[in-house]
Order: sequence, then C-alpha cells, then structure tokens
Amino acid sequence: MAEPQFRFRDDEPVGDPAVTVDSFGEQSNAAAVRIEPGDDARDLLPHLDRIRLVEVNFPVFGDGRGYSAARLLREAGYAGELRAVGDVLVDQIAFMRRCGFDAFAPDVPLNPADAEAAFARFDHVYQPTTDGRAPIWALRHG
Amino acid sequence: MYKYDTYDQAMVDARVEEFRDQVKRRLEGHITEDQFKPLRLMNGLYLQLHAYMLRVAVPYGTLSSAQMRMLGYIADKYDRGYGHFTTRQNIQYNWIKLEDAPDILADLASVEMHAIQTSGNCIRNTTSDQYAGAAADEVIDPRPYAELIRQWSTFHPEFSFLPRKFKMAVIASDTDRAAMRLHDIGIQLVKNDAGEVGAAFYVGGGMGRTPMVAPCINPFVPIDQMITYSEACLRVYNRYGRRDNKYKARIKILVHELGKDEYTRQVEAEFAHLLTQGIEPPLAELHRIQAQFADPAFEAGASDDLDRSDPDFALWVDTNCVVHKQPGYIAVTISLKPVGGIPGDASADQIRLMADLARDHSFDELRVTHAQNIVLPHVKKADLYGLWQQLDAAGLGTANLDRIGDIIACPGLDYCSLANARSIPVAQKISERLSDRSEAIGELKLKISGCINACGHHHAGHIGILGVDRKGVENYQLLLGGCEGADTSLGQITGPGFDEDGIVDAVEKATEVYLSTRQDGERFLDTYRRIGMAPFKEALYG
Amino acid sequence: MKILTGNDLKTGAVTWWDGVQWSLHVEDAVDVGDHADTILARESAARRVNAAYAVDATKEPEGVRPAHIKERIRALGPTVRMDLTLKPADPEAGTWVI
Repeated sequence: MAEPQFRFRDDEPVGDPAVTVDSFGEQSNAAAVRIEPGDDARDLLPHLDRIRLVEVNFPVFGDGRGYSAARLLREAGYAGELRAVGDVLVDQIAFMRRCGFDAFAPDVPLNPADAEAAFARFDHVYQPTTDGRAPIWALRHG
Repeated sequence: MYKYDTYDQAMVDARVEEFRDQVKRRLEGHITEDQFKPLRLMNGLYLQLHAYMLRVAVPYGTLSSAQMRMLGYIADKYDRGYGHFTTRQNIQYNWIKLEDAPDILADLASVEMHAIQTSGNCIRNTTSDQYAGAAADEVIDPRPYAELIRQWSTFHPEFSFLPRKFKMAVIASDTDRAAMRLHDIGIQLVKNDAGEVGAAFYVGGGMGRTPMVAPCINPFVPIDQMITYSEACLRVYNRYGRRDNKYKARIKILVHELGKDEYTRQVEAEFAHLLTQGIEPPLAELHRIQAQFADPAFEAGASDDLDRSDPDFALWVDTNCVVHKQPGYIAVTISLKPVGGIPGDASADQIRLMADLARDHSFDELRVTHAQNIVLPHVKKADLYGLWQQLDAAGLGTANLDRIGDIIACPGLDYCSLANARSIPVAQKISERLSDRSEAIGELKLKISGCINACGHHHAGHIGILGVDRKGVENYQLLLGGCEGADTSLGQITGPGFDEDGIVDAVEKATEVYLSTRQDGERFLDTYRRIGMAPFKEALYG
Repeated sequence: MKILTGNDLKTGAVTWWDGVQWSLHVEDAVDVGDHADTILARESAARRVNAAYAVDATKEPEGVRPAHIKERIRALGPTVRMDLTLKPADPEAGTWVI
C-alpha cells in the first residue's frame, strides 16, 4: 500500500490493504478499498459506514475519472480518508483537494515546497464542492 | 460589459504567477515536456509548426477598446505585428517565445483578459452570438449567462481532465449565428408561455472527423438550474466518455453510442442528485452580472436616415450591416477578408484602429465573430459614413459579409503542426478568382479546413473544402450543402479530390451550376437543397 | 538521408541538427544515419531542443530537402507571409516547398 506523502487528517492512518471495488461487497471485514478509473464509485455507497480508506488510482494523470469518483463519495457523506495514488502531479493536487481528497501518495514524490505553493495558490474558488470553501458568488452575496 | 471585481482579478493574477512558476520549472529542467505540455496547453500555449502559438480567450467574443488595444500591443511587442482571429472567437499569436509567455499573460490580466483553458481537455472558452445585446431578434442578452458559465467552468476541479476538449455556446434567438448545434453543449435561451427564461440544452454536436448535429436533450431547464444541469451533463461525460481512443473521446460519441434517450436519462438522474448539493449560484449573481450588460446610453430619437449617394458605401451598408434593436443604430461587421487576403488576420495597426473606432462610435465595444470578422455592435447611423471611410482607408472596408470572399479558413499547413494541407492559399485564390462575381452569387458561406479536425468548419459550409495529404501532396475534397444555424446540415463530399488549382476551378464550376439553375430568390444552399448533388457532380466530373 | 528537426525550448524557433548544435537553417542539417534516437534523447534531456524528431530528406544541388511538405514549410516559414520567412527577398522561395 502506498504511504501518503501528504495527509490532511488527524486520525490514525488505516493500515489495512485496500481491496478492489468488485470484491469489497463480499468482504464484510474490509475497511479499505481501491477505485480504478473504470469502477463505479456508487457501488460503494451501501457500504460507506464501514469504509475507512478509499484509494483512488490515477494510472495516468490525464485520466480524470477519479475526480468524479471522489466527489460522488463526499457528496454521499463519506468522511473517511480519500487518498489519491499513482500518477499524481503537483499541478493537480489543488484540484484533487477540492474534490475531496485528503491524502496524497504520488508514485514520484513531489517537491514539498512546490506542493505547498500549489495547495495555497488560489485564495478563492468559483465552484462550491464538499470541501467547505465558500464560492466567490457566496462571498459576493453574503 | 462585464467588469472584473477583486475576486475575478485575483484569480487571473494568481494564474499568471502559477504559470510563471511552471515555465521556470520547465526551463530549469524540473519537469519534462510531457508533464509541462498539459499545463501550457491549459494556458493556451501550443508548440506549432514554426514557434509557440498563444491562443487568448475572448469570452463570448466581447472586447472593450482597451482590451482590443492591448491585443495590438502584444502583437507588436511579443509577436510579429499581427494576430489571427479564430472560429472560436479567440485570437492567436503565431510567433511567441516561451520565456515571454508569463509576461504576456500578465499584460492580458492588466486588462481583464487571459488564456485560461483555451486548450487542453477541459471546458474551453464559451462562445455566443456576435450581435448579442444588439440583435433585434434576441429573447434576452445571452452574454450574462455565458459569463456565469465562464466563472463556473474556470478551474473547475472535477472537469479539468476530461476525455477530450469541451466547447459550449450560448445563444438567445432562433437565428443561430454561433453554430450552436455543432458544440459539445449548445444552449439556446428561450421564454416559456409564462415569460420565464429557460435554457434549451443541445448536447453532443461537433465537427471534427465524426461530425454530428446535437440533439435537444431538454427543451427548458429553469434558468436557476442551468449551471447544475451543465454540471450533470459534464459529470456523466467525465465518467463514461471514451478514453480508449482519442478520436472517439468527444461527448458526441458518448451521446451517439448511448443514444440520446439513455444519455438524457443518466443526466437527469445526476441532475436530481446535484440539485441537493447547492452548487447553483443564486439569481442575485445572475442579476449582478446582467446589470453590467445593461444597454449603453443610446440616444433616444436618433435618426434612421442614411445618405446612400456613395454607391460603394451603400453596397457596404447593405452587405455588412444588420438591423439593430435600437432605432437610429446599426450593427457593423468589419470584414477581415480583403480580396486575396489571409482570412482572420489583422495587423497591430488595424487592431488599434478598430479599438479607436469602437471607443468613438460603438460605446467602447467590439465583438469577434466565429466567421473571423470583427463587429462594432452599436453604431449610430449618423456616424456610419465617416466610420466606413476610415475603415476603407485601412483596408477594412471590404463589402463581403457572408459572400464568397468571406471565407472561413483555419491556419492550415502554413502554421499548424496538425494540418495536412494549406488552407490560406486556397482561400486567397478563390477570393481572387470569384470576388468580382460576389454580388451576383449572393450569400454563399465557404469554409476551408486543412485537416479533418475541422477548425475551418468545412462540414458547415454551403461549400466546404477539406485539405488532405495524398502521398505527400496536398489534395482538396469538395463538400456541398453544409449549413450552421437553425436548419443545421452537414456537407456531403462531391467525389474525388482536386489539387490546389483544381479546387479553385471546382468551386467556380459549382457557382456556375448555381447561377444557371437558381430560381427567384434562391441562395446557393437553397438551390443545392432543391436540385441535389447530381447536377454539381456532372459539372465537376462529367 | 535522415535529419533531425525540433524547436528551441525558450524561443520556439525551428532548428535543425548540424552535427554539433542546432541551426536555424535546413541547409546545415546533416545525415544522422541510425543515431537519431541517441542524439534526440541526449539533446532533449539537456533542453537544447524541444519536441524534436527525425525525418527523411534528400541532398539536392541547392541543399538539403526534407521529404515531406510539412518540414519544407517548417524550413522556410509560412508561404502566405513570405516577408516572415527565412528568405524574404526571394520571391520564388515559396515554390521550393511544393
């Protein structure tokens, strides 16, 4: 299992190995699951109460399905760790954070200073997501 | 016009600094070209045939004179004294240095402009009707809705790595001047019987190698749900659009393969979920934007009289100007298609002149059209003759809007690394050959692409030309019967292709068939639709 | 012959491998034989060139001529703006690319 380079959570990291989405339903003691780009994140919704870690794999950075998977889980109320793994690049992590990822385990470790700058680049956002940041339209209209 | 507030300005300023940092990392070797390429593309920077090319966004085609003047300044300072207006209402510079690009973006940001998402697999610049706010036939000004979409789509965290690029257009009249149904999402603003504004969604149109006309998937989305519905359309596409084959990755293929009904069902299900998520901006935000697009201070009771005694002027008025919603005013199209010229190119001096004319005669506003011309949307008729004289003296007074010389052409193999054949020389030769028959031929939209990506909209031309590579030699296929707008149709190939001179002859022959066969009042397209392909084929190949 | 072309990383200018460095002129291009991949990897890694690739060409009396029109236009400049090409004073330069 990939160790996160960045983690924005205070709870204890889950040590369990992640299982695939299609086998997760059968393994009632599993607490960690790994989503591949072709998986339907909604298949996990019946099991959210026992999931503590979701790894979303980005085999190539250009495959953006994992962003939707992350938002779907957060919109359904998932509060456990959501970890981006694979071809995770410094110029994507701010988008990922907005979609609900709170841990990052890139195949190639990122330069910490570059990553810090990327997370902090934009003071405001145009769109509301489940990350709690108020969109610019909300700031404009109070 | 929309004015940035401190939030909008901070966004583009932060983007400039982000790109400055990315360029620095590339030049210092901290990131590879493979990693840098998507970053520069999302800032509009391509590597083209001769140099870097920068595509600057002109949101919904609207520019102030200060913005236009900046475009001229950039052409002089960083490029070679000219720019190229594109079929997506943007402007491209062909000779950009990577090391200058951050400074150019900073200069653009100083006039509330940017190059954000003008390339890459993300939501691109939203286009609109070039006569928005001036057209007599519009239900409502579509630009505030396009601005709402601009903000929603800018740095959208979920939709920045889509299967493929994504283009949206917003119009608000039955006469479609933006090729709305040839976009990934086309929105037509409509009013229902109760007078409420809603958005008709057309999804899955496009040109390229598999041209498709978008079907309407929802004829009336309430206007306070337009963004949420767009998000649902995109989410279904991001999750299920094909990623195994670049050429099948556009949303038109998804809609086609699922079928309109199944795609719509999935969108409606996602929409129902997203309505619970509170992502729609409040109507107060729309109203804030709309207030900035209020009509300019038109002079009440301005005269509709025009002195038409100069025949060249009268021809230009009849050809290039359209009726305005305000009495005493008129909307003017400045043709960037001089006879034998390069379609869409304008020199820095011409750009500055157009900026000055907009400041003095069009309430500071200009528009870029998808046909690669410039519009001064609000000109007082009393000013028109003097305006025309200044345009004419600068080579900008050509009277050929929607005529055979008003050719749409992509940059083609003269500039573009994707092209298979040159487009511009073909456009120049056709323009030179046939412009003296322009008035006799009347409305004829001729569109040329130098490869199947169809940036020159050849599928939608009354006459379309597609350049291909045949064993290393440029070859040109002829299409007839394409049309954008409310009666959108896709052109059909006539038969075997032609060489460069042959395609010019072929276009001439097609116009001769039309001229000898047309009935009263028929345009080229009408005659083609009545008589079909056979008489044209006979003349071309018989 | 096989020749190499690419763009200068900083300026974007079209360049050709002359055996020692990258030249703006196709006339300077040399035959790299079967060393294309080695040279491209080394030069790209050193950021002396960007997006470089190998193309076929022939040696003609007037100089090196790339086999495909695309690289001939790269070598000259846009045929519709001869003033911006490498041979602005030669009105016949455009015929070379055909």
